[in-house]
Amino acid sequence: MTNLKNKNLISITDYSKEDYLSVLDLAEKFEKNPNQPVLSDKVVGSLFFEPSTRTRLSFETAANRLGARVIGFSNPTATSLQKGESLHDTIMMVSSYVDIIVMRHPKDGASRYAAEVSPVPVINAGDGANQHPTQCMLDLYSIRKTQGTLENLQIAMVGDLKYGRTVHSLVQAMSNFKAEFHFVSPESLSMPENVKMYAKNAGLKYHEYRKLEDVIPFADIIYMTRIQKERFPDILEYEKVKDSYILDAVLLKGCKDNMKILHPLPRVNEIAMNVDKTNYAYYFQQAKNGMFVRQALITSILGYADKIK
Amino acid sequence: MTTNNKELIVKKIDNGTVIDHIPADKVFAVVKVLGLDILKDEILIGTNLESQKYGKKGIIKAKNKYFQPEELDKLAIIAPTATLITIKDYAVVEKRCLEIPKEIHKIVKCINPNCITNVEEMDTLFNVVKEEPLTLQCHYCEKTMTEIKIR
Repeated sequence: MTNLKNKNLISITDYSKEDYLSVLDLAEKFEKNPNQPVLSDKVVGSLFFEPSTRTRLSFETAANRLGARVIGFSNPTATSLQKGESLHDTIMMVSSYVDIIVMRHPKDGASRYAAEVSPVPVINAGDGANQHPTQCMLDLYSIRKTQGTLENLQIAMVGDLKYGRTVHSLVQAMSNFKAEFHFVSPESLSMPENVKMYAKNAGLKYHEYRKLEDVIPFADIIYMTRIQKERFPDILEYEKVKDSYILDAVLLKGCKDNMKILHPLPRVNEIAMNVDKTNYAYYFQQAKNGMFVRQALITSILGYADKIK
Repeated sequence: MTTNNKELIVKKIDNGTVIDHIPADKVFAVVKVLGLDILKDEILIGTNLESQKYGKKGIIKAKNKYFQPEELDKLAIIAPTATLITIKDYAVVEKRCLEIPKEIHKIVKCINPNCITNVEEMDTLFNVVKEEPLTLQCHYCEKTMTEIKIR
């Protein structure tokens, strides 16, 4: 087993294929037996400099199920940041109290900087529009769980591929597993060149589409994304593309039996409610998997992976 | 224009550094970024000089000035084609091309307004992902950029 003790997780590329697999294997153990209080002498710092529902609750539940105590904040307006305290000073102060920091911040690169400042390890729970590596880990977990493997899969990604950080990270991570990518987006929201280059440099094929229907017959995974209003500098541009792709149960006729639909949530209207009851919907289980993956990460980074049954 | 004529226009210095083969449109950017406009010693600047290799070029002669590695990194980023000639007692003691470093510390500003380096009081760090055109990736926000702004 690879040793992740004290290894920060800031960007998905910080970890190797072996690291991913080690975390996923451990997460499987937590799925079978979630309450393993091996961290009863540990304190987790949960620093959410911007609002989050799923990620914060999932991390804090993960820590609680491990027996750790959690300190932190979910609303920076109630902290010294309002008094103008720098991120540097906040991290220096918190890191003297806790054993590990979980951090979300609205600025791109804030978690990398925090990890450089902090003497205790840092897990990035999202830094602006940049990285959200634990979401990517739970995506990998969900893909492996539903497909039985991560190797040689046909992965379709749909919607906002330009601003969607989850799809960028997923391309980077899946490049370790010989995936073939199918990018479906309006032209104005297509996958950035640097991400396509990443796949190309890893020797992987990718294809680009404008119509969602084109990928349904052969996809093993359809990864839907929300068109994120908050990322658009121009609201008119948002209005033009917001309803581009709506996945409806009728559209799913002819898809592969093993196909599963993933979504990082929250959804707006891109997956119709009538899809929820089909065998293809997996997005709510996907969110639940996040807790097991985060348990696995906290345990591994604190050096307690071998205590987990 | 011959070399001799050029030397008439931009006279020799006894000691210091000559920066030759600067792209003509970068000469004043080099002056500013290296802070040559605030030096007390003689600075001779020539631009739009004919160059067989580059068409038009610029040249700067800075008396009694020898550049530090960090300054040379800045120069390499703005004018990678420039050559650096060290002069002592009117003689050329060293002539060399610039090298773009693999990592660029402190001197470049990230063009991503949402990058932490533009909010927090901290040094920047970039990895050079491509030399031509010069493409940098911010170590913090991971954005790649070809538009280079010096801090």
